[in-house]
Amino acid sequence: MSLARRRALWAYTFILVPLAIFFFFRIVPMFQAFYLAFTRWHADPAQRAFVGFANFQRLLTDTRFLQAVRNMGFYLLIAVPGQVILGLGLALLLQAIRRGRGFFRAVYFLPYITPAVAISWAWSFMLSPHLGVINAIFRRLGLPPQPFLTSPSQALPTVATIVIWQFVGFHMVLFLVALANIPRELYEAARIDGAGSFGMFRYVTLPLINPTLVLSLVLATGSPTIGILQLFTQVLNLRFYDPGGPIGSTATVVLYMYQAGFKQFDLGYAAAVAVLLFLAIVAITFVQYRLTARRIEG
Amino acid sequence: MTRKATRTFLYLPLLLGAVVMVFPFVWMVLTSLKPLPEIYTLSWWPQNPTLANYRTILQLHPFGRWFLNSLLVAFLTTLSMVLLSSITGYTLAKLSFPGKTAVFVLILATMFIPTELLVIPWYAMAVSYGWVDTYWGILFPGLIHAFGVFLMRQFFFSVPDELLDAGRVDGLSEFGVFARVALPLMKPALGALAILNFVGNWNAFLWPLIVTSRRELFTLPVGLALFSGEAGVQWNLITAGATLTVLPTVVVFLLFQRAILESIATSGLKG
Amino acid sequence: MRSTLGRKVVGVLLGMVVAVGVFAVEPVTIVYWQYEFATKVAAINELIRMFEAENPGIRVIHETFPYAAFAEKVAAAVPAGVGPHIVNLYYGWLPAWQRAGYLQPLPEEWFPTEEIEAEFAPLIAAAKMDGRYWGLPTAVRTLALFYNIDLFEQYGIQGPPETWEEFLEVARKLTVWRDGMLVRAGFGMAPDGQDHHLVREVLIRQFGGVPYSKDYRYVLYASPEGTRALQFYADMALVHRIGEPDFPFPGVAGYYREGFNAGLIAMIIDGSFALGTIQRGARFRWGVAELPRLTPEGERHNFASFWMHALTPRAKGAELEAAAKFLQFITSERAMELWLREVGELPARLSLLDRPELLADPIYGPFMRALPYSHATFFVDEARQRQIMIDAILRVIRGGVPAAEALAIAAAEEQAVLDAFWGGR
Repeated sequence: MSLARRRALWAYTFILVPLAIFFFFRIVPMFQAFYLAFTRWHADPAQRAFVGFANFQRLLTDTRFLQAVRNMGFYLLIAVPGQVILGLGLALLLQAIRRGRGFFRAVYFLPYITPAVAISWAWSFMLSPHLGVINAIFRRLGLPPQPFLTSPSQALPTVATIVIWQFVGFHMVLFLVALANIPRELYEAARIDGAGSFGMFRYVTLPLINPTLVLSLVLATGSPTIGILQLFTQVLNLRFYDPGGPIGSTATVVLYMYQAGFKQFDLGYAAAVAVLLFLAIVAITFVQYRLTARRIEG
Repeated sequence: MTRKATRTFLYLPLLLGAVVMVFPFVWMVLTSLKPLPEIYTLSWWPQNPTLANYRTILQLHPFGRWFLNSLLVAFLTTLSMVLLSSITGYTLAKLSFPGKTAVFVLILATMFIPTELLVIPWYAMAVSYGWVDTYWGILFPGLIHAFGVFLMRQFFFSVPDELLDAGRVDGLSEFGVFARVALPLMKPALGALAILNFVGNWNAFLWPLIVTSRRELFTLPVGLALFSGEAGVQWNLITAGATLTVLPTVVVFLLFQRAILESIATSGLKG
Repeated sequence: MRSTLGRKVVGVLLGMVVAVGVFAVEPVTIVYWQYEFATKVAAINELIRMFEAENPGIRVIHETFPYAAFAEKVAAAVPAGVGPHIVNLYYGWLPAWQRAGYLQPLPEEWFPTEEIEAEFAPLIAAAKMDGRYWGLPTAVRTLALFYNIDLFEQYGIQGPPETWEEFLEVARKLTVWRDGMLVRAGFGMAPDGQDHHLVREVLIRQFGGVPYSKDYRYVLYASPEGTRALQFYADMALVHRIGEPDFPFPGVAGYYREGFNAGLIAMIIDGSFALGTIQRGARFRWGVAELPRLTPEGERHNFASFWMHALTPRAKGAELEAAAKFLQFITSERAMELWLREVGELPARLSLLDRPELLADPIYGPFMRALPYSHATFFVDEARQRQIMIDAILRVIRGGVPAAEALAIAAAEEQAVLDAFWGGR
């Protein structure tokens, strides 16, 4: 047996169990969920009629769905770069300081582990246009008070900011690991070559943390827990009785899917939303991957 | 500016950010210490701090049991996730075999479908195999997740191939190379994965709720949700319960973060 | 040897007899699901005890889940052939659940339609589809005005407002603005609370309009009367400045109710289901009054709603019979009296609705008196239709859209929802 074949055999052995788990618990259910998109939902599986692309056709003319899609564009533009850049910035800052590193790490990680309901109440309280502490500070600084979550034009940027606040600690941890993996000698070598701190960042740090940058970017875009394209829990809770409001200005695609599935009990339609979302995330991830990862992994 | 002054200057944004970060958390803890009438006064500090809310939830519900359930589920899924993700991530990053790209794409793809929709097929599966109302039923979707595979794969890229080859020259088997050479270098990444995954499973709500009906099998977030309903929310109990829920994750993080996140930086990655 | 064998045979035979005996009295087990709400859970538990004592052959398992994910739980369980035989649901969810095959109609043999219509309050017609009833409530709810008596007295205001004009006047007196910030609202505006019902079924009708055709298949509120009603509501914020939507902050279930409890709001319009939260939370004297009307002799209107008990397809054969029996029991007069006592919700049977001591009760009275003039909107898609009206209100208040245009947008969207539903049947 050739070396390559033996190694390939090892590889298959290694991934046999994980792949089986993926297959049965993730991939099969995923296709089952996709299949629902082509049916009219019924509690009795025998009565689920195949309807072809009817659910998708309905989506294309559904103004509320299209509004949610538009919103996703704005969320992506604000919250993905926001999370990744701030996460990296924080990690670099924490690398640079000596005292209190552990303290700050814990503090910046706190929002990520605090339950969403508590966070939502606290933020909407602080952001209250009339009684909130944020507007009190604004007025102290001579700035005009803002409506925040109650305004159709400000609500989305406000939610995006809260999301950045909540997940920045997650990215910080990823980048801390990446930075910890960079050998010290490389910096020494760069310093001897006369590189300044920016030069070291540009030519040592950045290339070496590139895989993490890709990871961070892809997770911030599409992952179930922190991915912007699957943004849901925050939106559901920040305006408790009018999630996605005011006037649909903060609605997300997963919120829409959830409402179609579990308020309208139309899981076929919800599945159609999920299929489109899935395709969108795959496409965006592919582009991100091409743009950022190619040079490194070759 | 001297280096020391620069360093001191760095604390300014960090401290400012820290205040913003802890704000809701502190608010949550303070609220949990207020007796009910004070909840509605919207003042920050509890005038008559009390532990009554904690007593109430501990007496009202099998909170201890829920706590243990959450711990068990989070621990077991984290263990399985860390083990399986690291070997899969390593294989995808460092070994070549036919179909590698297809396997990676397939695994990654599973990350992009919202859990909210997967619960329907999962539940049908759980019913047909008799997993409803069992720990296994709560566990099985969390055994491995594309996020972990992806994370470990990215971090394994940073391990130089020469190091692995050296191991092979020394007569290690492929598994030995993985377990003795590559894995020990991944301590920070494994730690990060463990922390992130523990938090995720500790806070999991929708699936544990769907698959359990018996109170004794509820996890903390499911139990906590019992305090909010159509006509309002019992904030004193919610915040007390939430505080009890958060504390273990804070403790886990504080205990492990130094060991996990700083272990390599001092010794440096030889390569 | 032989004797032990003989003993064994006898033992096996005995065992079989016992097993058969046990099998014969093996009770039928049925499952009842509702969302977690302490007083409702306690009331159902008590009803189950009474029911099981009277029906030794039936065992009822009562399971409750967080409100936040109750629908998901049902959505997953019923298609898998497990879950409840009897489920408690908001009446507005009926069309969606029924269409998706989650419910079966009440069997005519135990629930004759004429009997239901003769004995229950007429608004439960909202539980009727395709000529059949799909569930019955134990209790019904209406809206009323809650007001802070301490504040009223402090400002020398005598009693609750009778007309909308008085209401505005009182609210203006009680509203406090400081440096452009609302410190106390005279009225807790909540389009996403109960106010979308207020506009839809109360104000539009009081201003002389009709929100829908009688069968609720056609939207009729995009009319001059509807426009005046919506404008009247929006002007509370825009002109009279007695409150604002989302005040004090929107990230809380029942934010306006919490604001009322905190003394930040002087009056709110809320359902009878809010009584418990206000009783627990308010640290002042408060009162309940019937909703205001346009003139002292003007028309009264109100919105009524209910949670109903319904049968799922899981109930078949002996289980169906047992489930039907249980459903009859929890919608009986006895159950309703217990419910009123323990949960504080109004009975759904006519025979209990004209009791003078209830009608005169300072707290239950206003809700009870509203029942005869209440409308239970027939929603085909409650979540969407609710959202449409909320958006119409906020478009006027927050988006600067004229009331007529906001209603036209809403009417077009809601009619499309109705058409899709009725057209697809």
